[in-house]
Amino acid sequence: MAGKPVLHYFDGRGRMESTRWLLAAAGIEFEEKFVTCPEDLEKLRKDGVLMFQQVPMVEMDGMKLVQSRAILNYIANKYNLYGKDTKERLLIDMYTEGMADLNELISSLIITPPDQKESKMNLIRDRTKNRYLPAFEKVLKGHGQDYLVGNKLSKADILLTELLYMVEEFDASLLANFTLLQALKTRISNLPNVKKFLQPGSQRKPPMTEEKLEEARKVFKF
Amino acid sequence: MSGKPVLHYFNVQGRMESIRWLLAAAGVEFEEKLIMCQEDLDKLKNDGLLMFQQVPMVEMDGMKMVQSRAILNYIATKYNLYGKDTKERLLIDMYTEGMTDLYELFFKVILAPPEEKDAAKSLIKDRAKNRFLPAFEKVLKSHGQGYLVGNKLSKADILLTELLYMVEEFDASLLANFTLLQALKTRVSNLPNVKKFLQPGSQRKPFPTQEMFEEMRKRFKF
Repeated sequence: MAGKPVLHYFDGRGRMESTRWLLAAAGIEFEEKFVTCPEDLEKLRKDGVLMFQQVPMVEMDGMKLVQSRAILNYIANKYNLYGKDTKERLLIDMYTEGMADLNELISSLIITPPDQKESKMNLIRDRTKNRYLPAFEKVLKGHGQDYLVGNKLSKADILLTELLYMVEEFDASLLANFTLLQALKTRISNLPNVKKFLQPGSQRKPPMTEEKLEEARKVFKF
Repeated sequence: MSGKPVLHYFNVQGRMESIRWLLAAAGVEFEEKLIMCQEDLDKLKNDGLLMFQQVPMVEMDGMKMVQSRAILNYIATKYNLYGKDTKERLLIDMYTEGMTDLYELFFKVILAPPEEKDAAKSLIKDRAKNRFLPAFEKVLKSHGQGYLVGNKLSKADILLTELLYMVEEFDASLLANFTLLQALKTRVSNLPNVKKFLQPGSQRKPFPTQEMFEEMRKRFKF
């Protein structure tokens, strides 16, 4: 009853981490109710609070929001992180959709069968270095501004920073030649709300481990 | 130079079909440059027109738009198919993201190796009947209005209609008990712009058969 958003998800990054980043960067305190066993998920389903029987689900403003993109867009709109007009919104969407593609690729590594891991890792390296990071570096170079869109912090900058930390965790050398991206990552990381979120003990979640994956498999039955 | 949007994609539904539906329903005439061979795709890449080296790409309003969700959101906003405020936009996003989840299961059938095809088909049947179609039927039942959100045609109704045609083509019996969904499908299909789009000879594309898919796979080496 605190009025704070309540996030319902597994105790891991998955499809909720971007929402945690966005809320944190917007300075919004939130609570989390973790789904830790199949029965937790069943209860949410039986209570009828999951439109498509799935998490993430965020209780906010009297509503039960589902679908991570819908949630992110709502939060971005509410806290003025979605540009000033349709054209800026388009650019933010284009960039964040590209980021989501790379994010999913990196996140899929942990569930890749052992005999395919090597080629998946090569694919991640290739796409990161030759497709995605160059595209975002080019945007920053193109206008020379500190933020991706409209010279103002938006969902795009926050999610890019999240992604760059993931890339760094995967292979820090991939960031080597992207000086503008590194600068943006530093700049965003130094914003007070983000700085706090990056401290140990925050609600930011660590990378998925094999044990966590087993837990997730049990809860979500995949 | 006609000022019409130009759609760059393969000669299939794929990730461009929802965009075709939306433009058609909005009464916006568009041109298509179909990618028939690897060289066509390479030319687009080499000309620097594809931000992430991928299609769909839509030339519109002086821009080269990529990422299907970004494109759909832009078109929806431009033609007043995105609700009247943040809350309506949230609902539209939640619903269309759920639709995309079901839509993607159809891709999975095509991509599945022969021994996994039956399981992929069963999954569609189960998810359509027990998760997604009931969710949308429930929305319509709850407010009793002719459209999903705000008593007004939106991106959600158009994409739902597209999806219901796909479900019907896959297995018409799946729609059996969903009377409100059937009524919406009929209502949207009878809108003059949509009716025209549903006629033979329109720019609507076929669902890829396995043969079409294998042919594309050979031609584009994926």
